[in-house]
Formats: sequence, structure tokens, C-alpha cells
Amino acid sequence: MFNDLLLILWIIIKIIVIVVPLLLGVAYLTFFERKVIGLMQSRIGPNRVGPWGLLQPIADVLKLLTKEIIIPSASNRYLFVIAPMLTITPALAAWAVIPFSQGMALANINAGVLYLFALGSLSVYGVLVAGWASNSKYAFLGAMRAAAQTISYEIAMGFSFVGILLAAGSMNLQDIVLKQQGGFWHWYWLPLLPLFVTYWISGVAETNRLPFDVAEGESEIVAGFHVEYSGITFALFFLAEYINMIMVSTIAALLFLGGWLSPFEGIPLLGPLFAWVPGIIWLFLKIGGFLFLYIWLRATFPRYRYDQIMRLGWKVLIPVTLVWVVVVSLGVEFKIAPWFI
Amino acid sequence: MAEIRNYTFNFGPQHPAAHGVLRLVLEVDGETIVRADPHIGLLHRATEKLAESKPYNHSIGYMDRLDYVSMMCNEHGYVLAIEKLLGLTPPPRAQYIRVMFDEITRVLNHLLWLGAHALDIGAMTVFLYCFREREELMDCYEAVSGARMHATYYRPGGVYRDLPEKMPQYKTSKWHSEKEVARLNANRQGSLLDFIWDFTERFPMRVDEYETLLTDNRIWKQRTVGIGAVTAERAMQLGFTGPMLRGSGVEWDLRKKQPYAVYDQLDFEIPIGVHGDCYDRYLVRVEEMRQSNKIIRQCVEWLRKNPGPVMADNKKVVPPTRMAMKEDMEALIHHFKLFTEGYCVPAGEAYTTIEHPKGEYGVYLVSDGANKPYRLKIRAASYPHLAAIGEMVKGHMIADLVAVISSIDIVFGEIDR
Repeated sequence: MFNDLLLILWIIIKIIVIVVPLLLGVAYLTFFERKVIGLMQSRIGPNRVGPWGLLQPIADVLKLLTKEIIIPSASNRYLFVIAPMLTITPALAAWAVIPFSQGMALANINAGVLYLFALGSLSVYGVLVAGWASNSKYAFLGAMRAAAQTISYEIAMGFSFVGILLAAGSMNLQDIVLKQQGGFWHWYWLPLLPLFVTYWISGVAETNRLPFDVAEGESEIVAGFHVEYSGITFALFFLAEYINMIMVSTIAALLFLGGWLSPFEGIPLLGPLFAWVPGIIWLFLKIGGFLFLYIWLRATFPRYRYDQIMRLGWKVLIPVTLVWVVVVSLGVEFKIAPWFI
Repeated sequence: MAEIRNYTFNFGPQHPAAHGVLRLVLEVDGETIVRADPHIGLLHRATEKLAESKPYNHSIGYMDRLDYVSMMCNEHGYVLAIEKLLGLTPPPRAQYIRVMFDEITRVLNHLLWLGAHALDIGAMTVFLYCFREREELMDCYEAVSGARMHATYYRPGGVYRDLPEKMPQYKTSKWHSEKEVARLNANRQGSLLDFIWDFTERFPMRVDEYETLLTDNRIWKQRTVGIGAVTAERAMQLGFTGPMLRGSGVEWDLRKKQPYAVYDQLDFEIPIGVHGDCYDRYLVRVEEMRQSNKIIRQCVEWLRKNPGPVMADNKKVVPPTRMAMKEDMEALIHHFKLFTEGYCVPAGEAYTTIEHPKGEYGVYLVSDGANKPYRLKIRAASYPHLAAIGEMVKGHMIADLVAVISSIDIVFGEIDR
């Protein structure tokens, strides 16, 4: 009995250790995004709150917390309130299986990839419910767009996962990372390059970021599915979006860029030189690179139109993944070194 | 089976892509637009009626506020009408200054248009790049008139005053260190003409920058090619003018076809499109910015070489200088008369047009011989363009509607007047 309680307490501590830095990470990701975009657009970005504007995210959180939650009288109250929770829960729950370094995971389950995929698909329900419950035409259009887009891109994403599963022969995230041991050229990004690119594009589309942000396309349907939300209910959607961004970047780092492994492994001079760097640092650097890519995309590209996104998903990405899954199978069958041994 | 009805909803007036206060009643079948019905009048300020109750010169400021992104061009149209009735010709220097500022205004307008158009299609960065250049042109406005937007700089008979010999300087403050101020003031050491010249040296490179981001971008092309296409014939039937007409392939530019001011002495070309879609209109406007840059350079060169008066020598219309008033009784009386009751314009009517950044801007002025207009009618360039929106977006998707609205370059100050 006492041991069980202790175990639960230990798990809760682990959850807190993951969630609190994650939320802080989201807060400073928004700051980082604003600063980086600011510099790309030849302006300064936030610099008023605190030194160099470092307290800006805190001020934003406080503002959102103290704002009134407006529930439109024509909406479905219960669903309206539940929708943001439906979005944030899977976004947070997915972090349970992420290994931050060897053995550093809340739950090291064998179906890790499947679990991530399942929770990733769940988040669309929150968006759908939000758009429907708001009883607003703009929100409804946004929800429809989001649903169609997420479902189409899930397929392409699923196929790129299939490639990984074939290559690694496992659904356990730890195993997948360990299979990539041996330095930069041994990671899966090279043999699975088309799948890597497809995964990244689908990941950007899944998180509704530019150039695929049609679900909330500001200049078309104002804010899409969360147009009626305010205060903390809006903040939850916002939080979920950014958590999912970090999530997609983390999965990309784990599956294609060797997770916490050092890129200099096996290189005569550099390898030992960087051997002291803990794996988690490498992982964070890789995640940071992907997040920067997210921001870079946002600053550069115009927005796709809704039907063009569908076309890209169905006619380009899915065929590419299908073909490459066959190629990977052949590679595994004939044991092409150094990746498929 | 249940009857399926189309979705009807309001686009605007509170919409981020409505460019002011456009209200569109949209009927959509899924995402496809079946009908788009523009409703206007939310920014109606009765400019034409107001002009009937005050002396001619008092309305120049109202003209700035019509199309509030191409201020001096509006003034030009209005003062030309008055000059036509008075039979007054401004001195050449004033005409060159006017042309120079007309073209600066055209660049200002097209920059805002490009930024807003790109922002509506989702490319956020271009917007801020465009505003960076607009800032310097606004400084030119400020140097010459004291106001960054609503200049009120043109007068019947010329312009309010000659170009300043030195530019206003930044000063050090809590936020700007000495070094930073020196950097900001680097191109402000000479006269306004030097400042403008310096700008025109850099500007083509800046336009290249915008084009790098957009012109060959696959997404940009997918979003604009073939969207809102109007054939040349249909464009003429609908009363299109300016870049909208030229985008459809009709070579019609009042600066060439009915030259006013000194446009007939300047060397520039008229870009035209082929398909009349959003992409062609984009290309036409970008090229117009380059051509305007060329015109500005020619004007700067001429103005440097040819000093002279900037106001016509007509004591009954043009107020005397401050110096003259101190010594000359006659001048003092003229000053008093001009600033209390204004001047009387002979009875008659006049219609003048200029090539406004958005198209043909016309002023129809009827005078009964009094000191204020009997009737003032303004032909807003983008009014017919907006009227054609239903035709242009039919069958397109909601996202295309946004692209079309921004590509026709509407400003409600002008449409509602």
C-alpha cells in the first residue's frame, strides 16, 4: 500500500519535472519566435518588459489569466468549455513516452510511436468541437478546414512512421534512437530523406502553422476555430499549439536525427572532444533547430489555399511516402549498410 | 433528402482583410463563393458637400483625406481643376515638384498596397519591409510640409513653398545614443533633394528584395495566377482604370495619353500585363514602382539645375510673402482678403483627371462665380473596381476573395468620400 503511494508520488514528481519546464519552454518559445521574426523583419521585437524584454511572456500569461472568459450565448456551453481541454490534454499526455536521454522517459513503452500517433490524432477533436460549439460561421469554417487538413496529413505522417518502423524494426522510441548509433551519417535522415521531408511538412501542417495555417488564417477567417475564445480558454489553444510544435520537433529529432546521440560519434578527433556533452543537450539543440525552422517558415512563406493544401497532401506527399516505404523495405531486406543491419 | 442551402455570411466591416470598412455579404457553397455583394458607405464623410460651403483653398486638406495613402495625388487633381477654371499655369519648377511628389506618392501607395496584399496572402515579412521604405518617403513629406500624411502642400498656382535646403535631424535622447543618431542622420546632411536622390539609389535594390520573396515563390504564384482574372474588353466595359486596366493588357495611362504637368518631358514606360489576374496586377504595380523611381530621379536632376519661383505670379489668387506684407500695403490687403473670403473663380465648369496610383482620379468642379464651388464631384478610381468584385470572385474560394480584394487596392476614404 505504502509502496504504491510512493510509486504514484514518484510518477507525479516525474510529470512535474517534465510539464513545468515544458510550459516554461512554451512561454519562452513565443518570446524567441517574436524576437527572431522581429530580427528577420528588421525590427527589434519585445524589449519593454524586464531586461531585454525577457519578462514579456510572463506578462502575456498574466494578461490572459486575468481576462474575462466570454461564452457566447448562442454556443453550446459545455462543449465550448470542454473543447480547449480536449486540445491540451493529448498535447501534454504525448510527452509521457518521449525519451530525453538514454533511460530518461516517464514511460518506456514498446508501442511508443503508435501512442504518439494516436494522441496526435486526438487533438483534432478539440478543434472540431471548438468550431462547432462556438456556433459562429467563421469558427465553423475553421473547424472544417482543420479537420480535413489534419486527417489528410495524418496519412502522410503515418506512412513516414511506417518507414521508420521498417528501418528500426521496433516501435519503442529508445530502440529507434539506439539503432541510429554511429554518428551523423548513420542517422535515419539520410536513407529516409523523402520520409523525413514529408514528416516535417506534415508536422507543420498538423500544427496549423504557416504556410499551412488555413484553420486560423487570420486574413481569411479571422482566427478560425478559436475566434470566439478569450482569456484562459484561448490561452489553452495557444499553449496546445506551441506544445505540439515542440512535440513535432522532438519527434523529428528522435526519429530522424538520432535523438540524444552526438553527431560527432565515431569521428576521430571531434568524437572524443565532444564526448562529455550530455545527450539531453544534443536533443535540445536538435529540437531548437527544428523550432527555428518553424519560425523561419512563418517569416518567409505566403499561406497556401485550402484546396492547394489538400492537393499537396494527397497528390504529392502520400505517393512519395508510399514509394519510399517500398524502397526502405528493399533496403531492409538486402541489409544495406550502415543503416539496415 | 433535406434541402441544401448555401451559407450566407458577413465579411466585414470588422474583418482584418476588409481594408477599412468594406462589408461584403457572401453566399458560399462550402468554400466556393456563389455571390459577393459589396456594401459601402460606412466611411461616408460628405467631402463633396462640405466643399460647397467653404472657400476653394480650404478643401485642399480634405483631398488628402480621401484616399489617405496617396495624399498629394488627390490634391493635384483638385488644384488642377481650380487652375483650369482660373486659367492659371504654375511655374515649371512647381510642376516638377508636383510630379516628383506625385511619383513619391505613387511609390508610397504601391508600397502599402504590396505590403497589405502580401499580408493578406500570408507573407508577413514583406509588409514590414515595405513600411521600412515608406518611412523614408514619409520623411520627405514631413520635410516639405510638416505633416507625414496629410500634407496640404499643393496650391492653385503652384506649391506652398520651395523644397527645404536641409533635412530635419534626429536628436540624441534616452533611447538614441550619439552613435545611433549619427547613423540615422547620415543621409540627412544635404538638402531634401539629396535625401530623395539617396533613396532612389537604394530603392531598386529594395524592390528586388520584395521580388525575391514573392515573384517566383511557388505558393505566391499558386495563390495569385489565374485569380480574379478580367479580360481587356471586360475591364474596359467595367470602367477599370490604372493598374487594374493595365494588368488586363490595355496600355492606358493618363500620364502618357493626356499628359498633365510635365509628364510629356519625362522618360518613362508603361508596364502592362497579359492575363488580368492578381499576379499580373502585382507585376504591373511592382514595375510601376521602378518607373516612378526613374521619374523621381529625372525630377531631382531637373530641380537641382533650375531654381525659380514655385508659385504663379497672380496677386489675386496667390497670397503674398510674409516679407512683402511688412512693407507693402497692397500685399497686406491681399493677404487679408485671401485668408478671409478667398478668391472668386469665374463661372463655368471643369473636369480634370490625373493618373492616380489607383487609376483615374477625376475632379468635376462647377463654379457660379462665387468664392466656393457650386458643386464638386470626385471620381474615385477604385469605386468601379470595387463594383466589379462580385464578378471577379464568383466561383473562387474564400481565400481568393481576400487576394482579389487586396489586389484591387481599395481605400474606403476614397470610395465612400
